[in-house]
Amino acid sequence: MFGNLSDRLAQTFKNLRTKGKLSPADIDATLREIRRALLEADVALEVVKDFIGAVRERALGDEVNKALNPAQQVVQIVNDELVQILGGQQRRLEFAKKPPTVIMLAGLQGSGKTTLAGKLAKWLKDQGETPLLVAADLQRPNAVNQLQVLGERVGVSVFAPEPGNGVGNPVKVAKEAIKHATSKQFSMVLVDTAGRLGIDEEMMQQARDIRDAVNPDEVLFVIDSMVGQDAVNVAKAFEDGVGITGVVLTKLDGDARGGAALSVASVTGKPIIFSSTGEGIDAFEPFYPDRMASRILDMGDVLSLIEQAQKAFDADEAKALAEKMAKNQFTLEDFLEQMQQLRKMGSMKAMLAMMPGAGALRDQIDNFDEREIDRTEAIIRSMTPGERRDVKILNGSRRLRIARGSGMTVTDVNSLVNRFEQASKMMKTMQKGGVPQGMPGMPAGMGGVPMGGRAKAKGKDKKKTSKSGNPAKRASEEAARLNGDKPSGNSEQNGSAFGL
Amino acid sequence: MAFGLFKKKPTDGAAVDPGASAQATDRGFASRIRSLFTGIRFDVANLDDLEDILLLADFGVDAAESIVAEVKREAAAQGATTERELKDTLVSVLTSRLGHANRELNLTGEALPYVFLMVGVNGVGKTTTIGKLSAWLAEGDWSVVIGAADTFRAAAVEQVATWAKRSGARLVGPDRDGQDPASVAYQAVETAVAEKADIVIVDTAGRLQNKQDLMLELSKIRRVVEKTVPVSEVLLVIDATTGQNGLAQAKAFAEVAQVTGVVLTKVDGTAKGGIVYAIQRELGIPVKLIGYGEGVNDFAFFDPAEFARGLVG
Repeated sequence: MFGNLSDRLAQTFKNLRTKGKLSPADIDATLREIRRALLEADVALEVVKDFIGAVRERALGDEVNKALNPAQQVVQIVNDELVQILGGQQRRLEFAKKPPTVIMLAGLQGSGKTTLAGKLAKWLKDQGETPLLVAADLQRPNAVNQLQVLGERVGVSVFAPEPGNGVGNPVKVAKEAIKHATSKQFSMVLVDTAGRLGIDEEMMQQARDIRDAVNPDEVLFVIDSMVGQDAVNVAKAFEDGVGITGVVLTKLDGDARGGAALSVASVTGKPIIFSSTGEGIDAFEPFYPDRMASRILDMGDVLSLIEQAQKAFDADEAKALAEKMAKNQFTLEDFLEQMQQLRKMGSMKAMLAMMPGAGALRDQIDNFDEREIDRTEAIIRSMTPGERRDVKILNGSRRLRIARGSGMTVTDVNSLVNRFEQASKMMKTMQKGGVPQGMPGMPAGMGGVPMGGRAKAKGKDKKKTSKSGNPAKRASEEAARLNGDKPSGNSEQNGSAFGL
Repeated sequence: MAFGLFKKKPTDGAAVDPGASAQATDRGFASRIRSLFTGIRFDVANLDDLEDILLLADFGVDAAESIVAEVKREAAAQGATTERELKDTLVSVLTSRLGHANRELNLTGEALPYVFLMVGVNGVGKTTTIGKLSAWLAEGDWSVVIGAADTFRAAAVEQVATWAKRSGARLVGPDRDGQDPASVAYQAVETAVAEKADIVIVDTAGRLQNKQDLMLELSKIRRVVEKTVPVSEVLLVIDATTGQNGLAQAKAFAEVAQVTGVVLTKVDGTAKGGIVYAIQRELGIPVKLIGYGEGVNDFAFFDPAEFARGLVG
């Protein structure tokens, strides 16, 4: 998402890299670029000014010029300051000592409150809570209805005594909801409120009345990550108007550079607790400031990636796979299984975007066609079990049959088989330790970049290579983890994404 | 309602004059926009601050720099020095830069019905805009069919149905949950043709412009509709709070759905919507409508001079 900001900083730092020592003029030139990049990423002007000031002060100090690599030190400072603004450590939800815990959602129209209410309810339910959704947006046509549908979808009760569309008193609804929740022993209450403008005094008063009626443990300010400079005004208005305790950033799956995240965290001093990353009801996750900062600097969000992988991967399966790899028995059947595992982790695109160095490959990632995976699957499924286990038996007529069966061409089949063979070879090398040298399509200077980068950078047939590369790399990571090593991603994160 | 209506053409073949009626808006929106200069003095000494002021309005770095340069040039050429003179210079620079030859809604095609497609990212106000537009068209005696082709978001069909009811439009919705939106759009157009309705407005699901499959779905909707009648307008709805990502939105939607105009919504907040400047300048897509509230009448035709006056105050 922060694509272009990362790209731009990468470009700027590349210019710095040739310098052993930085003059104040070098630093100012860099800071001008950073300022521009931040503004183009919609970071609020006042935040940019403060940020640049803070970075300049540190960059001119001794810590830079005494450093072995001054340019890298500037990167480190920018990273530190970003994390600082984004709120340092991740913050969890505050729970009430005596249930129910009450969470109130507030924000502008169209920021995604109702959708988020559904996702949050699902997430809490998955954690063993018993949430109650409260339909207190009685303004927008069919907001109540929408919440009911969402509640039904995620299997969470919805408290909606009023029809909405301008009928009913949201304060009363909110008050009754608490009574209802207490008597029915719900552990959480999520109050969805109408979208409102920060300058609409009447509506802000209503928000305060709702807040006072439910006495929430959290007032979450919901903001669209595509918002521009106005994020500051809106955040201040809600902070002054209702008093917020935390922020939720929505629509983070878009390609907005999301400067609003920085702005809001900076002007309110309130942490971003969650981010919402897609239209699926599960596309929702806790917000990690330190990871986000790495992502801004295009160091990749390796931790999130590993976490998702852990969610999707069955530990036993992974172990079995690691053993197979050790014995060189990796077959197309395993490959297919791997692809299905990968799919459980979410969209390939989202995964690739989290890879270190992904910024430079953003265009390719954006153009990545998820259906390529379907096609590969179709080819493998058109093979007999014997063929899947041993690709060497695939002669011309078998390949023709497979092509026909899967609706693809023989060329497609050939290329899949070739890629698989290459991947197997690569795995053998990796098994012996380390990244194979002289691997086809591996661009110089990207040695530390895992499969996303390598595969996508390969000019020809780039989409397909990523798949054969993927399970290989994935499996090797799994294997490493099982052997008690640190995930390889960690060390890569420490390496420079800019090749400094 | 007292502002200019495109009255439905009395007989077939007689052209309407949209330009005249568009200018007849006596419901100015300038007063609904909060001035950029609230509490800020603007004179020769702090002319450089103008760049920051424009940045704060989401004009973007390039646009802000170029506008400031031209205002300085103009001010020097005309000898403008007082706050009023400088503001007038800024208004005239903005007005002329926002000029576009093709700002009216396209209600002049040969054959009815005219089809409008509403597109945009999630939560910008597509459905609300349809409600307002449909009510306004109904007042001009156009009969409107609304195609509820947002079959994705929970209760989206019900939401647009409520607006259809308010505005007296005919609603064509999906026959079943999750129906292909293109088929709903097709049915809406078929219904309009069969019932000799004048206008079809197709509501589409909000989609982020980097979701390739969803964007392809949009071009499919357009293709399917065009099997029956040509699409008159593809209106991209942009929320005034949108930052620089608005340009990426406009580019992507223009590419798949051939956007003909922008609707700028939610200008009644503190956001200024400066990104439409970049959209119009870089992509040549005119801003056609502007929305400023949740009431059915809270919208108007976009007028550059009025927009500039509203911004400068």
